[in-house]
Amino acid sequence: MASSPEATPATSPHSNRLVRWLDERFGWEQLLAPLRHKTVPVHKLSYWYFLGGITFFLFTIQVLTGILLLLYYRPSANEAFESVQYIMTQVKFGWLVRSIHSWSANLMIFTAFAHMFSVLFLRAYTKPRELTWLTGMVLLFLVLGFGFSGYLLPWNTLAFFATKVGTEITGQVPIIGKPLLIFLRGGEEVTGATLTRFFGFHVALLPGLATVLIGLHLALIQRLGISVPPGQEAAWKALPPNQREMPFFPNFFVREVMAWYIALGVLGVLAALYPWELGTKADPFVAAPAGIRPEWYFMFMFQTLKFLPAKLGPIDGELLGILGFGVAALIWVLLPFLGGDRNNRRQVFIRGLGVFALAYMLSMTVYGYMAK
Amino acid sequence: MQFLLGGGLLASAVAFLYPVLRYLVPPAATDLGGDSVVAAKVGELKVNSGKIFRFGSRPGLLIRTADGEYRAMSAVCTHLQCTVQYRSDLHEVWCACHNGMYDLNGRNISGPPPRPLQAYDVHINGDDIVVSRRRGA
Amino acid sequence: MATWRNNGTASALRSKRTRRLLLLLRPASRFLLPAALVLAAACLLLPAASFAAEPQLAKSSCVDCHSSFPAPTGVTEEQWATDIHAQKGLTCASCHGGDPKDPSPEGAMNKKAGFRGKPKRTEIPEMCAKCHSDGAYMRQYNPSLRTDQFAQYQTSIHGKRLAKGDTKVAVCVDCHSVHGIRPAKDPRSTVNPLNVANTCARCHADAAYMKEYKINTDQFAGYSASVHHEAMVVRGDLSAPTCTTCHGNHGAAPPGVASVENVCSTCHVFQAQLFDTSPHKAAFAAMGTGSCVTCHSNHRIVHPTDKLIGTGNEAVCTNCHAAGDPGFAAAGRIHDDLSRLDEALKRSDQILDKAESSGMEVSQARLEEAQGRDSLIKARVTVHTFQPDKVEQDTQAGMKIADKTYKAGVQALAERDYRRKGLGLALIAIVAVLIGLRMYIRQAESQKGEGGS
Repeated sequence: MASSPEATPATSPHSNRLVRWLDERFGWEQLLAPLRHKTVPVHKLSYWYFLGGITFFLFTIQVLTGILLLLYYRPSANEAFESVQYIMTQVKFGWLVRSIHSWSANLMIFTAFAHMFSVLFLRAYTKPRELTWLTGMVLLFLVLGFGFSGYLLPWNTLAFFATKVGTEITGQVPIIGKPLLIFLRGGEEVTGATLTRFFGFHVALLPGLATVLIGLHLALIQRLGISVPPGQEAAWKALPPNQREMPFFPNFFVREVMAWYIALGVLGVLAALYPWELGTKADPFVAAPAGIRPEWYFMFMFQTLKFLPAKLGPIDGELLGILGFGVAALIWVLLPFLGGDRNNRRQVFIRGLGVFALAYMLSMTVYGYMAK
Repeated sequence: MQFLLGGGLLASAVAFLYPVLRYLVPPAATDLGGDSVVAAKVGELKVNSGKIFRFGSRPGLLIRTADGEYRAMSAVCTHLQCTVQYRSDLHEVWCACHNGMYDLNGRNISGPPPRPLQAYDVHINGDDIVVSRRRGA
Repeated sequence: MATWRNNGTASALRSKRTRRLLLLLRPASRFLLPAALVLAAACLLLPAASFAAEPQLAKSSCVDCHSSFPAPTGVTEEQWATDIHAQKGLTCASCHGGDPKDPSPEGAMNKKAGFRGKPKRTEIPEMCAKCHSDGAYMRQYNPSLRTDQFAQYQTSIHGKRLAKGDTKVAVCVDCHSVHGIRPAKDPRSTVNPLNVANTCARCHADAAYMKEYKINTDQFAGYSASVHHEAMVVRGDLSAPTCTTCHGNHGAAPPGVASVENVCSTCHVFQAQLFDTSPHKAAFAAMGTGSCVTCHSNHRIVHPTDKLIGTGNEAVCTNCHAAGDPGFAAAGRIHDDLSRLDEALKRSDQILDKAESSGMEVSQARLEEAQGRDSLIKARVTVHTFQPDKVEQDTQAGMKIADKTYKAGVQALAERDYRRKGLGLALIAIVAVLIGLRMYIRQAESQKGEGGS
């Protein structure tokens, strides 16, 4: 694709001048050059490439709606619930901003998981993309942290007890569990101090970390290019003329914008037709309501812990479950290093592991909701 | 096509920006109604009278006693949750449903109520009479 | 790791190792011996301390034999230990006479030592009263205990019949039990408010036992189905009435027809006051029926619903009033007023539920709804004037509120529809963009002949 401004479609004399101004000061053309040359492989599995971008888009939605919510939210146990109620009832379109924030959070967690699994099954984590996978996994954990910390902020009964149970389980980890619990809760129990702390995590610590990691993640993708699934790669090697790719800008990007607009539409429908509920203000002295359970993205872990017997030999069942998940997470993070190169026999085993994990998570989540 | 794209982009931009701009304008009522509320203005209540005000999602009772002092307490009767009232003839708080009586500190003194009314703190802030929940309660 | 070699080096090493071990132990041993001493002392002293904490029961030799007998002469150690008299230092001899220190049956149960054996039933109240009616004596133990129980008992049906020689009636030990007497405040006591009804029912619900007295034995069954029983047992409200609340405990007698209203009005003040202004007061007095009991019954007092008043088949009004008389019409009006307000409140509740489940916030309206319900509760009390105009005053206030909250619900639903319309417009804009982008892609890519899926 020619790099002279005149050849690009839809340019006007004004944008020409702007581009030249930026170029003289920023080296604009040089910065954009890699983007102009960036291509995206085109094959029947190309649609999966959208997931990462959608997750990123939803993250920006979260940042924008989050900033708007920050204008009215008050992070103290006395006022948190009332401030969210205020946003929902008094602030113009407050209901829309808050519901979009809550729905987008859930959608983002879903697309993050889907993105991770699609990368797994399309085998895009192998050399040289190990660091991309690593930064991505840390981002996934951060996203879950966002979900956990943000859930408490409205300070309603469900959130209060979900946080209590969640941090309680964290406290079961051997050696570091208790200090970790106290660090998370800002004390022994879940109190206003916990709320303030979670607020700090949610709006400062986690966004800061996420920004750095997203930057790394995107930089790595730019550097390494988009991976092609092994089967497709083999087919193209056999018949090079069949290889198809499209320029990232504007072709793929326009399609991504379409996907983002669809996501916006979905968010709007969800926010207007199924507004996020307020619940009742948390009261630490009231007994936990029956049927307390975590949000859906933690459900599979919660259900697993419920299945494990109280004691397995000398070891506490719950402890075993927690350690099990810890080990599983560690293995997951280290997958690129465990599998070897792309066409290694071990990769088939990893794919099997991925199928099992996906099936397990789905079935446990469904079961958790069906069982009463 | 240009029209559809340009028009659509403009319309969707408006659809997104309009709510955001309206959101940024703070509403008239800045009171959250959480743990502290402006129950009345100074001079609004006559001596030896009471007023029901909204405290959170429940009614509260503000009393100006015969000595001119202000007292505030929850107005939800501890018997069957009727709304109590101030009786200027008896100088007590009374529940019309089953004749429960409370003194000016909220203590249940006669009739079916099993527990006292939760008392609130009152202080004057300029022109406002501010009622707030007791600390450490 | 050094191997064990029998030479100087090894022994030096061994002693060095032992030395190191001793060095480690020394700080520990500094604490070991004193700790052991403290532990030993604790083991020896604590049990003694726990003994001191227990009340010293006066030793009676009687229990040595009688603890192994079956009822009725058996009294176990545990049973006796729970008795309030035993805890205060009284012995078996305090009531039965004899010598509690003598271990032999002949010495302990010696008539010369004052042994009375089992007292006759007709003598029991006087025997208990010897202490319990003595103010100066009781003051030593519990100055706030009443001392008029015996005097009251003599005015009761039980006391009067006992005086005539009827030994089937209740005496002190029948209600209070005899060797394991707990104070009334103790929830395990047979005379604690929670248990009183069961205690009375032991005789009064036994049809065979009560046959000769020709009084009903359905009181306990009725009370158990009543709202008073539910308040006490289910809701734990100890101020709810039980048998003794209305009948008295020591001076137990059924209240006379004229005094039923006085008894009920100790708690139900309003209803009694309003009833006194109603035409029923004079009418019921003339008929000789107890005022409250006529409509609400005495023992089986169920939770009154709106169906109790009116002209329907569950209503009590039609027991006396027939179609055509003013009372019948009044009953109908009152019932209709109450039902109308109830319906209006339910309707408003439904629409607010609908608004809430669609995500609208209606807490202000909910607050006002509570006031509407207050009006209904008030109206249901005003029923006791049996004057439709007065009831209508209360229901009208409630209707206004129900109207207002219903309108708030309608408004909330309208707001919801407005939001959905706004959503529709935004979606149209989004779809327009999507179509436009699609067309752009088609155009751009068919021109260039590039990629494109």
